[in-house]
Amino acid sequence: MTAESSILIAIILPLFAVPMLVMSSSRPNQRERITLVTAAVTFFVIGSLFDDVASGARPTLTLGELLPSLSITFTLEPLGMLFAGIASSLWIVTTIYAIGYMRGHHEQNQTRFFVCFAIAISSAIGIAFSGNLLTFFIFYEVLTLSTFPLVTHSGTESAKRAGRVYLGILIGTSIVFLLTAIVWTYNVTNTLDFTEGGIFGENVSVGVMATLLPLYIFGIGKAAVMPFHRWLPAAMVAPTPVSALLHAVAVVKAGVFGVLKVTIYIFGIDNLVALGSSAWIQYLAAATILVASLVALSRDNLKARLAYSTVSQLSYIVLASLLGSALGTLGGAMHIAMHAFGKITLFFCAGAIMVASHKTEISQMRGLGRKMPITFFCFLIGSLSIIGLPPFGGVWSKWYLLLGAADINEVIFILILMISSLLNVAYLIPIVIRGFYNENLEIDQEYPSKTHYTENRRLLDPGDAVANNVWRVRGFHEAPATCIGALSFTALGCVVLFFYADTLFRFLHPIVSGGAP
Amino acid sequence: MSLETEFYFPSLGLYWIIIVLMMIGFYIVIAHGNLVKKIVGLNVFQVSVFLLFITMGKVLGGTAPILKEGVSTYSNPLPHVLILTAIVVGVATTALGLALVVRVREAFGTVEEDDICALENDA
Amino acid sequence: MIAQHLPILQVVLPLLAAPICMFIRHPRVVWMWAFVTAWLCLPMSVGLLLKVLEQGTIVYNLGGWAAPWGIEYRIDILNSFVLIIVSMIGAIVLPFARRSVEREIPQKRIYLFYTMLLLCLAGLLGMTITGDAFNLFVFLEISSLSTYVLISFGKDRRALTAAYRYLIVGTIGATFYIIGVGLLYMATGSLNIADLAVLIPNIGGNRTVQSGMAFLIIGLALKAALFPMHMWLPNAYTYAPSVVSIFLSATATKVAVYAFIRVVFSIFGDVNILEILPVRNMLMVLAIAAMVIGSAAALYQTDVRRLFAYSSIAQIGYIILGISFDSVTGVTAGVVHLFNHALMKGGLFMVLGLLAYQIGSTKIQDIAGLGERMPLTMAALVIGGLGLIGMPLTAGFISKWYLIQAAIDIGLWPIAFIIVLSSILTVVYVWRIVEVIYFHRPVNPINDIDRAPISMVAPMWILIGATIFFGINTNATLEIAGAAAKALLAGGV
Repeated sequence: MTAESSILIAIILPLFAVPMLVMSSSRPNQRERITLVTAAVTFFVIGSLFDDVASGARPTLTLGELLPSLSITFTLEPLGMLFAGIASSLWIVTTIYAIGYMRGHHEQNQTRFFVCFAIAISSAIGIAFSGNLLTFFIFYEVLTLSTFPLVTHSGTESAKRAGRVYLGILIGTSIVFLLTAIVWTYNVTNTLDFTEGGIFGENVSVGVMATLLPLYIFGIGKAAVMPFHRWLPAAMVAPTPVSALLHAVAVVKAGVFGVLKVTIYIFGIDNLVALGSSAWIQYLAAATILVASLVALSRDNLKARLAYSTVSQLSYIVLASLLGSALGTLGGAMHIAMHAFGKITLFFCAGAIMVASHKTEISQMRGLGRKMPITFFCFLIGSLSIIGLPPFGGVWSKWYLLLGAADINEVIFILILMISSLLNVAYLIPIVIRGFYNENLEIDQEYPSKTHYTENRRLLDPGDAVANNVWRVRGFHEAPATCIGALSFTALGCVVLFFYADTLFRFLHPIVSGGAP
Repeated sequence: MSLETEFYFPSLGLYWIIIVLMMIGFYIVIAHGNLVKKIVGLNVFQVSVFLLFITMGKVLGGTAPILKEGVSTYSNPLPHVLILTAIVVGVATTALGLALVVRVREAFGTVEEDDICALENDA
Repeated sequence: MIAQHLPILQVVLPLLAAPICMFIRHPRVVWMWAFVTAWLCLPMSVGLLLKVLEQGTIVYNLGGWAAPWGIEYRIDILNSFVLIIVSMIGAIVLPFARRSVEREIPQKRIYLFYTMLLLCLAGLLGMTITGDAFNLFVFLEISSLSTYVLISFGKDRRALTAAYRYLIVGTIGATFYIIGVGLLYMATGSLNIADLAVLIPNIGGNRTVQSGMAFLIIGLALKAALFPMHMWLPNAYTYAPSVVSIFLSATATKVAVYAFIRVVFSIFGDVNILEILPVRNMLMVLAIAAMVIGSAAALYQTDVRRLFAYSSIAQIGYIILGISFDSVTGVTAGVVHLFNHALMKGGLFMVLGLLAYQIGSTKIQDIAGLGERMPLTMAALVIGGLGLIGMPLTAGFISKWYLIQAAIDIGLWPIAFIIVLSSILTVVYVWRIVEVIYFHRPVNPINDIDRAPISMVAPMWILIGATIFFGINTNATLEIAGAAAKALLAGGV
C-alpha cells in the first residue's frame, strides 16, 4: 500500500462506514462495532504514514481539478499528520466513551449521531491532509455541515437556537471572509498550494497581505478568535461526546490548524513580522485569552466553563502562529496535541458526571468527587495539563510559547500567558476542590465531618434542584465503565505526552525549518 | 405630384404622434384598473409601434413595392412584412388576454383590479 | 443530410409536434408524443454542440436565402450551450410531468397543456438558435404566449391573475424589444445580429442606435426578471402548475438572459456599449439590488415555492452581475451560473412538485417535520439549497468562486463582499426551511403521504445529482463557458 493510497483510504474509510451504519440502525451493538472497527482501521492507516513523514517524505495525492489549475490535493506534512493522528486516535476513544454515554443518557437518533460523527471525522482528516487552500476550504465546510446535526441533536428549541448561532457564525465567517481571502490570494499569486516559506512573492504588496491576514484569521471562525467565538459555547448543547471530540478536538483544532497552515505555508512566518495587521491580531488573540478566561470563571455550567476555556486556549495557538518566531510556532503546534488530550479528558469527565449524577452546574457538585473519585482525579490531571504544570504535557507547549514570546521580546505576551495560567488555576481547580471537599459550611455544621464516613447518610444540597437525589457517601456511583475507561486513557495520555514531548518536537520541527530534521 | 409626397408628413411630427400614442397606451395599461381596458391600452401601445415600423419603410418618392415599368424608387417592403407578423402576434396576445379576462371574471366575479387584489389577499 | 439541417430541425420538430397534440387528444398518448419529441430534441442539441466544438460556428440559412436578407440560424458555443440547457431540462421534465400533470390538471385539458409545453419549448429553442433579431422576437412571443397559457393552468384562481399580469408585462417587454429592433433597423437597415455587429460601429454614437439599445435592454430585462422588473415572476412561479414552474425557472429566464448577452456583447460588442453609456454601472447596481432584495424578500415568504421564486430573482442578479463585469472571468461566471442555476432551481422546483403531489401543499407550515417522513426528498431539498448557498462540491460554488474572482480581478472588492454577504442571506432563507423540516412539529399532521412515483423521483435526483456532479467535475462546463466568454468579448459574432 503506497502512502498515496493510504491518504485516500484514511479519508474515505470513515465514509464507507456510513451506509453500513445506516443499515444496522436497529442493531446498536453492530452499529458500535462498525464504528469501532472503522476508527481502529483508520487510525492504523494514518499511523502507517507516520514513518514516511518523519523521514522527510511528503507524499502528495491529487484527485483531479475542481477549477482550472486548482485541484483537490492532499499533501502529508508533520502538522497535518499530528492533527490527523490526534483526531483518529481520539475517535476510537470517543467512540468507546460514546457507547456508554449515549446509552446511559438514553439519547435518541443514535444512528444519525454515529453517521454524522463518521462524516465529521472524515472531513477533519481531509482538512489535516489538505495540500492547498481549496481542499482545506471544502473539507472545512463539510465539517461545519456534518457537525450541525450533532449540535442540534436533541432537537429542542434551545438546540435549534444554538444550531443557528453555530451555523451562522461558522458558515458566515467562512463565506464572507475565508472564501474572499482565498479567491483574493489566488488572484494575486495564482496558486493556493501550501508551500514552505509561503506563497506570496515579491510582487505582492504588504498592504494586500496585511488585509488578507485578518480575513484569514476571522474567516477561520473555528479558531474562535473573539468576536467570532460565540458558536463554541453555543455548541455545548450537543451530547458530550460531540463536545469532547469535535468541540475540544476536531472542529476547533481544525480552526487553529488552519490558522497555523495559513501563517506557515501561505504567509510564511518570516513575512508575518513585517505586516502591520499581525500586531493588532496578536493583541486581539491575547485579549481573547484573557477575556475568555474571565468569562469561564463566571460560568457555573461545567460545559460552558470548559467551552470558554477552550476559546481561551485556542487563542494561545493563534497567538503562537502570529508571533513570527519558530519556537513560538512550534509551541502552538504542540499545543494542538497537549490541549486536545487535556480538554477531551475534562469533557469526558463532564459527560461522566452528567450521566452518573445528572449534574451540569458546578455549584451542584459539592462532594461529588467522593462518589466519583476516578472521574474527579482524571479531571484534576486534565486541569493540571491545561494549566501547564509538570508532569503533564501542557507544560511543554506553554514553555515553547513563552520562549517564542521572549524570542521577539514581547514582554506583554509573557505577562499575559502568566496571568492566563493563573486564571486557568482559578477556574479549573475549584471544581476539583469542590468535588473532593465539602466546603459548604451550612452542611458541614449540619453534618459533622465524621458523618461523611457513615453509611446511608443523606447529604442534601440546598441549592440543588434535584436535591432529592439520594446518594451514598461510600458507595461509588461512577459513569458506565466505557466512559471511565476512555477518560482514564486520555488522562494517561496527558502524562505520556509530558515524557514524549521531545519526540513530538523533533517530528514537528521541519514545519519551521523545512526539510527533514 | 404623386399621392405619397402630397400626404407626406414631416417625419419628426409623425414621430411625435407615435410617441404620444405610445404613451397614451402605456398610461392606460399602467393606470387603469379594469382588465379589459388594460388590454385596450396594450393594443394602442402596440399599434404605435406598428406605425413606427411602417413609417420607416417609407422612401421619399417611392411607390408601393410592386414591380412596375417606369418606376425606379420603391418603398422598403420589409417593415411591412415584419409588421404583418407583429400584428398577428398582437392579435394572438389580445385574444389570449381577453380569454384570461373571461376566466378571471368567472373565478373572481369581477374584472376590476382593486377588487381582485382584495379577493386575492383574502384567499 | 439530417446533420446538415439539424439547426432548423431543432426548432421545427417541437413546433410541428405541438399542433399534432391537438389531434391526438388522448392524455397518455399526448404525453408519450411530447416525451418522444423532447427526447429527440436533446440529441439534436448535443449533436449541435459537438459540431460547434469541432468545427466552430455553424451558419444555416433558412430556405437558402443568404443573410442579411434571409433569416439565418447561427450557432456558436454560447447558444449551443444554452440549447443544451433548454432541451435537457425539457427532456428531464417530461417524465416528471406525466403523474404531476395528471394530478394537477383536468383530464380533458391535458392535451392542451402538452401542446403549450411543446410550443414553449420550440419558442425557447428558437430564441436561442436564431441569428436574426426579428426572428428572435417571433420566437420570444411564441414562448411567451404559451407560457401565459401554461401558467393559467394552475389550480389556484390566482394563477389566472398571475398569467394576466405576466401577459401585460411580457407584452410590454416584447414590444420594447421590437421598438429597439426597429430603431436599429432604421439606423442600419439590417436585422441580422452578425450584420448589425458589423454595421453599428460604423455609425458610432448615433442617438437612434443608443435609444434602440436602451429599448432592447429594458425589454429583455423584463423577460429575464431583472430587478426591478421582476414583479411578475413570484406569482407566476407560485401559482403555475408544478411542471411549469420547473420548466420556466430552469429555462425561460435563462434564455432571456442569453438574448440579453447577445444584445450586449454581440450586437454592441464592437462599440463596447458597456462603456459608452453607463450601462455597465446600471447593470451592476441592478444586479446587486436583485441579489440583496431578492434574497431579503425570500426570507419573508410563507410558501416555499414563492421563496424559491424570489431566490431566482436574486440568482438572476448573480448572472447579470457576472456579465456586467465585462471581463472573461466575469462572463464565464455568468454563463456557468446560467447552467448551474438551471440545474439547481430545476431540481428544487422538482422537489416542490413532488411535495405538491405527495402532500398537496408547498406552504412552509405544511412541510414542518417532514424530515423524518420523507427523508430522501428532504435531503434533496437540502442539497439543492446548499447549491444555492454556494457550498463547495455543489455547482453553485463554482459560479460563486468565479464571480468573486471576477470582482477582485477588476479591483471591485467591495462588490466581492456584497456577493458573499448576499450568500449569507441565502444561508438564512435556506436554513429557515431546514429548521422547519427537521425541528418543527407539523401543524396539521398529514396522515397519508402519497407514494412518490419513480417517474417523478428519478428526474428530481438526476437534477439534484447533477448539481453535485457539476460541482465536482467542472471541466466541461467551465471550458464551454470560458470559450463562450472569450468569443463574446472578442467582439462581433
